[in-house]
Order: sequence, then C-alpha cells, then structure tokens
Amino acid sequence: MNEQLVLSVLVEDKPGVLARVSLLLARRGFNITSLAVGPTADQGLSRMTIVVNAPELEQVKKQLHKLINVVKISELDPDSSIEREIMLIRVKAAAGRRSGVLELAGIFNATAVDVAANSITFLVTGAPAKLNDFLELIRPFGVMDLVKSGRIAMRREPKARKLKAVG
Amino acid sequence: MSTITGAQALIKALEHQEVEVAFGIPGGAILPAYDPMLDARFRHVLARHEQGAGHMAAGYAWATGKVGVAVATSGPGATNLVTPLADALMDSVPMVAITGQVPTQAVGNDAFQEAYTTGITMPATKHNYFITDPEEIGPVVAESFHLAITGRPGPVLIDVPKDVLNARLEWRDPGPISMPGYRPTFEPHPRRITEAIRLIESSERPVLYVGGGIIKAGASEALRSFAEMANIPVITTLMGRGAIPDSHPNALGMPGMHGLYAATTAMQKSDLLIAVGVRFDDRVTGDPDSFAPFAKVIHADVDPAEIGKVRVPEVPIVGDARRILEGLGEGWGDRPALDIDKWWRTIEEWQRKYPLRFDQTADGPLKPQYVLTRLREMADDDAIVVSGVGQHQMWASQYWGFEQPRRWINSGGLGTMGFAVPAAIGAKAGKPGQQVIAVDGDGCFQMTCQELITAAVEKIPIKVAVFNNSAHGMVRQWQRLFYNERFSSSDLGMDLPDYVKLAEAMGCVGMRADRAEDVDEAVSRMLEIDDRPVVAEFEVDRDEMVFPMVPAGGSNDIVLTGPEDL
Repeated sequence: MNEQLVLSVLVEDKPGVLARVSLLLARRGFNITSLAVGPTADQGLSRMTIVVNAPELEQVKKQLHKLINVVKISELDPDSSIEREIMLIRVKAAAGRRSGVLELAGIFNATAVDVAANSITFLVTGAPAKLNDFLELIRPFGVMDLVKSGRIAMRREPKARKLKAVG
Repeated sequence: MSTITGAQALIKALEHQEVEVAFGIPGGAILPAYDPMLDARFRHVLARHEQGAGHMAAGYAWATGKVGVAVATSGPGATNLVTPLADALMDSVPMVAITGQVPTQAVGNDAFQEAYTTGITMPATKHNYFITDPEEIGPVVAESFHLAITGRPGPVLIDVPKDVLNARLEWRDPGPISMPGYRPTFEPHPRRITEAIRLIESSERPVLYVGGGIIKAGASEALRSFAEMANIPVITTLMGRGAIPDSHPNALGMPGMHGLYAATTAMQKSDLLIAVGVRFDDRVTGDPDSFAPFAKVIHADVDPAEIGKVRVPEVPIVGDARRILEGLGEGWGDRPALDIDKWWRTIEEWQRKYPLRFDQTADGPLKPQYVLTRLREMADDDAIVVSGVGQHQMWASQYWGFEQPRRWINSGGLGTMGFAVPAAIGAKAGKPGQQVIAVDGDGCFQMTCQELITAAVEKIPIKVAVFNNSAHGMVRQWQRLFYNERFSSSDLGMDLPDYVKLAEAMGCVGMRADRAEDVDEAVSRMLEIDDRPVVAEFEVDRDEMVFPMVPAGGSNDIVLTGPEDL
C-alpha cells in the first residue's frame, strides 16, 4: 500500500518549474494528491507543498533533487508539523433548513462568505481532518459545490528550543 | 559600447566554451545563428538528419570526454533531436543541443514549424532552457555546459526564439555560475570509505561491478590500482567496457543478459558487490529479486538517485568514481591483498568451462564472431569501435577485447538502433588520428546510413562493417526462442539493398565478403583506405544466435551458454 507523503519543496521561481515537478512525479509513477505553490519570504524562491502517493520516500526525494531548479526538499511528518487547508463549500440551505446548517458551521468555525436564496457558501480553514469531518457532517444537507486549496504545511519548532527562546 | 546580435552572442558563448565542432542542420528559426557561424572558430558538420546530428554530438562526447554540440531549427528539427537526447540522458552523455524557435510573439500560436521544444524535451534532458532575453544567452550557455559535464553528465537543451537571436545586446563574458539547486557531490564521505573497506576486508567472494561511471570520471587507473591492491575480480558492464583492460588478469568481462558466464555467475555467487558507477540495469541483474542473493552491496555513484533505486546497499557512497576508488586505495593502505584463492579458482574454472565460443568452418556460412575476431586482430590497438543495437552490438562487446577506456561507443540504455554510423562520424571528428570503426547490423544501418554522405562530403573517413544477416537479428533470435520460429516482420529481404552500390552512391568505398577465406582481404582493404569512408558488407549466418543468454526477466542463476541449453 502506498503511503501519503507530505513534501515541502523549495524551488527557484522560474517559468516551467511546476511543469518539471509534476512531470517528474508522473514519469516515476507517483500520484499527486494535492499540490500548493506560492512565493516565500525570499525573493526568487517559491514553496511547493506536495501531497503524494508514493511507495518510497527516498526515491521521490532523490528524483526531485535531480531537478536543477529544486533547491531543498523536506518531508513533513504530520505529528511534528502544522498542516492547513482551505475549503470553500456551497451547501443547500433553503429558508427552513438554514439554522441546522449554520449551527454545524458554527461548531467548525466556518464563515459564511456568500448567502443566496437557497444556499450558503462557507469558508472553512483547518487541518485536513477537520475539513473532512465538516464535509461528512454537512453532506446530508446537500453539497452543491466544493473547492479545496490543497494542503500547506510547515514543520513545528522543537518544543525545547521554543521554551528556551521564550525564557 | 558596441552591441552584437543574440546570434553573435550565441557563437561567442560557444567559442568561450572552446567548442571544436558542432553538428547540425540549419532552418528558418535558427538561420540567424548560422550566419555568424560561418566565421566561428569551430567547425560545423552539416548532417543529413537532425537525429544524425544528435548522435554525432554524442559520439564526439563519448570519444573525447568533452561536451558534444548539436544544432537544429524549430519544430521538426527539434523533434528529430528527441531520440539522441533521450539516448544521451540514459547513457549520461554530456551534450548541449541548441534549437531555434519561432519568434517570441508567435510562440504558442501554432506558427509554422513551431513545436513546444522545451516541453517535449523536458523528460529527455538533464535540464533545458527557453531564452526570452538576449542577455541570458551568455550565462545560459555557460550553465548548460557546466550542467552537461559535471555531476552525472547528460544532455542540456537551449531553445532560442528567432527574434532573440536577432536582438542586440552588449556582450559580457559570463560570470561565475550560481545554481542553488545544483550541487553535485564530488568528494565521497570518508566514513563511507571506512565502512566499505571494513566490508571488503572481511569478504570472501568479492567482485568489483563497474560501469560507465568509471569511463566518465576517468577512474580507470584508480580502478586497476585498487583491484590489484586488494586482489578483486572486475566485471565491466556494457557501458563500462574498457574501464579495465580485458587482458588484465582481474578482468572477467561483461555480465548480464549476454554476458560471459563467469562474469554473470561470479556476481550471482558473490558475497560482496562493490558497485561503482553502475545502476543495476535490468540487462545486468535479470530478475532483481533473485540477483546476487548472497551479496552485500557497496554502491558508489555520483547520482544519489541511483543508490537504492533497484537494490538497497549496505554501504552507499555518493561521489565521483575516481575519488571513491582513490579513497578506497588510500583506505586500503598497506593491508595485504585479500587471500581469496578459492574464489579465484572457482572463477577460473567457470572461465575454462564456459568460454565464449563459435564454430567457423572453412566452407560454412560466415560467422559474425569470426569477422569480429579478425577485425580486432587487424585493426589498430587504439581503434575506436562504435556499434548500433542488437546482436552485432553484443558480439562486438563480447569479442572485441578493450584495452583502454573511450574505445567503445554504443547505445546502451535506450538501445537506439541506427546509432553507430552517426556516432562514429562524431567520434572521428573528435579523434581524427584514430581508426574509427562502426560495427553495424543491416537493420541499424538502414536507419541512418544516409549520414555516410555527411562523412564523405565532410571528409570524415570512418569505416563501417555491416553485419548483414538480412534480418533484425535480435528480433529473429527472440522469435526463434520465444515465438515458435514465427518470424513476423523481422526479415529485411535477402538481396536489397546492394550495399556496395549504396556505399559508392554515397561517396564511400564499398566491398563485400561472404566467405571466411575472404574476410582478411576485405578487412585489410577496409583498414587501408583512409581518404574516404568505407563500407564493408559481411554476409553472415542469419541463424547465428547470441550466447550466453539469460532470457528477459529470468534469473541470472540460469545462463544458457549455447543452443544445446535450450
């Protein structure tokens, strides 16, 4: 069974880099579950957070490293990293059923960002598991549309060092 | 300050890299670059097909160790380069390909002769570039040559739109190269060397399993020295032929699908594989699950992605093959040679029992192996042999007897039929003082033989020995063995073409031999002529098969040594 790996990949911000990364993953038979790209604090560098189904972490990392524009790769262990995802979800909510939908949304801190006669669109942010829980619970009301951002993730600071920094 | 065109900058940048020769074909989008090329300090060889130009660049790189340069126009010119690029990527051949592109404003509009060259070649190159600003030309050419030749070598492509070639810029010599994502490891980690030494000194049945990495790193001397110092047998893969002289007492020759019995079996029975500059290719390992079941593995390679890809080693070493072997030599120090007489006696017994063999009778059909042994005997010691892909390639590798590195050129990983003629032209352009002999099959020859016109016009006098069995011989062999002798589409026809006339029509000398007693005369004439390319056709036994053989996907424990083993 293939494992889901979360890779944080620092790349040079050059045209075609996304194509190179996705082509390489496809070429080696690794399936991308999600991929999010954005600029970093350093000019000229972008960060890709890739969730990939792959039989073996080392091969994925080594193959990615062969790409000239890939600068650094770290694997993020869910236990020691912060993972977040954004979801926009449009739920059926005719006048009589709104309260139930809003109650559930309130528990998940989902923000209503668009309200129409028969639907509400929510913005939900959180760890992937939280988004999935919300989705499962809201599904019976009727999901009309859904968009996810793809996962972004960052390694947590080791606790000991954090305490020292505070002290 | 005066300005120059992008095209002039491109030529200047190539001169800056001390390019001696470029192989290519002009066309619309690359035309601006061909104008200043007339005055360039390097030679341009006009190929007949871009695939030919690409393999010529590869042959040049194989023979000289320098970066081969190929030039083509946009669209079909560029797509015709895809095969040579894929070939060079598989075999780690340093190459820079320059392709013209339609003008920037036409890119993406399906313009005449437009192809998405960087997209198409992304998985066929080590890296590629699309230039949008003429100022990038100098730095990108410098980076490309650096990428092509350092780390694990490979092909790099530069795609330049026509308007960028025509634009003007102020030339500056490119500064130091800075690529934050490219830092190949050169020096091996000393701790790994120590761990390797520890395994080697306690091994009883070690073998050095070495390949193309030795040739590329110039590690032959370090290899020989370490092998002698520690008393270890050396197995050279198809890509590594010549890494150690075949006449050296430690050399066991080629392993694998058509490898020598002793080489293949030594790996199977070994307790320690010292793998340097190799990638555990399926043609070497056979079924990987039953490959070398008793062996611990030390795997040294400049490309970390090769380590653990097929077989997880006990000791991984990343670095340059020469530095690794020198490191092993230094680490071995004044330790005595391994006392492994029993292992050596076992190997010698295999060598005695299962040598290469063929049976040439005086009036029987001409055997390809006989032609090769005569050719080897009569050719210069330092002749360069270039082969295509198939039976003739395996026989050439088995029978030639390589004494030095860079004397054997072939398409190993991709298995590109038609490689030999153009690659031989490239090799001869790089090494004009050495005999360059293409050993080709008739199927291969018919794929790229038009490049002999290039050889004749450009006065690059290569020699081509066509082993004509009127068939795709290896396909025929597999059909005989695995498809009930149903020879589907592998018969090339008995009488066509007339190779002598074909050679003459292309400005070469043509000759033919079909009996053993005529071989020497044909070979000596072929070797004598040095002012024109020569094609010698040898009509060989079409039923001859390559042995030893491990059927594809089979275990290396079962080596068929001849037809009687079937």
